[in-house]
Amino acid sequence: MRRRDVTRALAALTVAAALPARAQDAPVRVGLVAILSGPNAAYGTAIRAGVELALDQVNTKGKRIALTVADSGGTKDGAINAARILIGRDKVAAIIGPTLSNEMFAMGPVTNGRGIPTIGTSTTANGITDIGPFIFRTALPEADVIPVTMKKAVSRGVKTIALMYANDDAFSKSGFEVMQSAATAAGLKILTTESFGSKDTDFSAQLTKIKALKPDAVGISALVEPVSGVLLQARQLGFGTETLFIGGNGSNSPKLGQIAGAAADGLIVGSPWFIGKPDPANQAFVAAFRAKYNRDPDQFAAQAYDTLFILAAAIAHAGNADPERIRNGLLRTDYTGVMGPFRFDAKRNPASAEGVVVLEMHGGTFRIAP
Amino acid sequence: MLPQQLVNGVLLGATYALFALGFTLMFGVLRVINLTYGFYFTAGAFVAWFVTRAGGGLWLALPAAALASGVIAVVVDALLLTRLRRARADELASLMVTLGAVLALYAALAALLGPDIRRLPPAVLGNEAISLDGVRVTQAQLLILGASVVLAGGLVWLVRFSRLGLAIRAVAENPDAAGLMGIDTARVAALVSFVSGTLAGAGGVLIGLAFNAIHPYMGEAMMLRGFVVVILGGLGDIFGALVAGLLLGVIEVLTAGYLASGLKEAVAFAILVLVLWTRPAGLFGRPVARRV
Repeated sequence: MRRRDVTRALAALTVAAALPARAQDAPVRVGLVAILSGPNAAYGTAIRAGVELALDQVNTKGKRIALTVADSGGTKDGAINAARILIGRDKVAAIIGPTLSNEMFAMGPVTNGRGIPTIGTSTTANGITDIGPFIFRTALPEADVIPVTMKKAVSRGVKTIALMYANDDAFSKSGFEVMQSAATAAGLKILTTESFGSKDTDFSAQLTKIKALKPDAVGISALVEPVSGVLLQARQLGFGTETLFIGGNGSNSPKLGQIAGAAADGLIVGSPWFIGKPDPANQAFVAAFRAKYNRDPDQFAAQAYDTLFILAAAIAHAGNADPERIRNGLLRTDYTGVMGPFRFDAKRNPASAEGVVVLEMHGGTFRIAP
Repeated sequence: MLPQQLVNGVLLGATYALFALGFTLMFGVLRVINLTYGFYFTAGAFVAWFVTRAGGGLWLALPAAALASGVIAVVVDALLLTRLRRARADELASLMVTLGAVLALYAALAALLGPDIRRLPPAVLGNEAISLDGVRVTQAQLLILGASVVLAGGLVWLVRFSRLGLAIRAVAENPDAAGLMGIDTARVAALVSFVSGTLAGAGGVLIGLAFNAIHPYMGEAMMLRGFVVVILGGLGDIFGALVAGLLLGVIEVLTAGYLASGLKEAVAFAILVLVLWTRPAGLFGRPVARRV
């Protein structure tokens, strides 16, 4: 209970600072586009939980922001439809989401064309904000995270690497490109590059080929489900601890341990956030999340949580529901949340990567990599 | 590397064949493109998951899943297709009805149980690989290979040599004439649905076990390959489905292993087109007169 009070106090402070008291005004309506059904619903569910927790805290003193949630189903069409409904029917002033970079590349041009500020909390692919001036992201691009992971691999004596990626998903593909250039930059020799489909369950051909080349490390850029499948099959095919598995952002989910179990042990992944980060803002967030949902938050929930506060501050700055003014408010963001200090750079991407930690799978859960 | 790749290919192909056996029976014998087949596959895997979670072993979970999927198949078939059969609707009608139904069923299951990937408890069947001369295979994979060969053999026997098989073939040939000869066509249709449902359910359990991933949409993912195998093997040709499944698996793996992993699907589907060009009735099919 005490922790909850701390959270409330903290939230109230943030809100008091961010929002001048004008409780009589109608709340500003914002939309959330997230994957709530289909095989990738885990991401959207986490994002929704993070946003709704932050919303509770923003709205403790009168309803300032109203939220409408729309399911994209994980498809481009679904994301576009969701955005059209949110803008046309619900008249939202800003949109958080969508979940996948793939979806953003389809939906972004629509919302940008309508002049609605759109903030991706989990869209880490290259080129997201090039879509247009109304597209923002709070997710740290993989280009900032993966070099930190590669540095860790090199420090463990890795000299050669094989790369694997899902070739039908923008997120996985751009993660692979980042991995490729980060590996080269770190002085690693890339022995082979293998691709697969993100809905595949069989990776034996690619893994058998990689095993014959005996790389020190295998880098995998894909969502958590196929990564789990790759790891499970790699162990069946006899990959042991002598091979270091390196994950991209998709591997950064507790679901990896739940699906792959012991097969995932030893995998390292860079993360913009970690549940065990000791700072008080993060600990208060984790406690409040557990109290509300009875489970642990993940990176996606944390990013979404910060994002709603960032948006709330921008709305307060705008003073009304005008999307153009909210966009200007976002550009002036200066916020310290659970991910650390946050500002947007000139291209509406996160300005710094100082919060990145490298994690290691151990006994089905993540710990800070030794 | 080649022996392991060939083994990989045969084992992958066995999963395709196992999935396609019941599908080809429904497709070819009942002349129904029943897309709900993928759902029976999912349902079987989930029944097994519940049974093993409740403490049952694989030898209880497998028959329970097969039986439950068979019953679901009979019920779904009766609800969706009886009217169509009575109205003598064509294949396109069954395709559309079952497409709508299967999407609704997947979505309902995902809403009910969540879309998360589940695993069978590790104790159900060891996932440790058996190593033979450097070539590694898991028990689940061997079980799939064995099951697809045995089940294909059993099905061939059922359709070609049993009395029920005679009735099934008669109904497939000409339902009206079969009815006039005293065959209860509705009962035969229900039995075929039941048999292919049990096959789908058993396939779902074994494949879910081999890849350690059970989720509501697992049947959907297999459906495309299922189509290819059924068409390559020849509609309703059970032995053809077995061979076509193995062939597809080996081709995919060899393409990924020696050509480029990105070309896996392209080569597999190019072969489908080639086969359809040169042998429109499937690899082993005899040309048949089109029914009017």
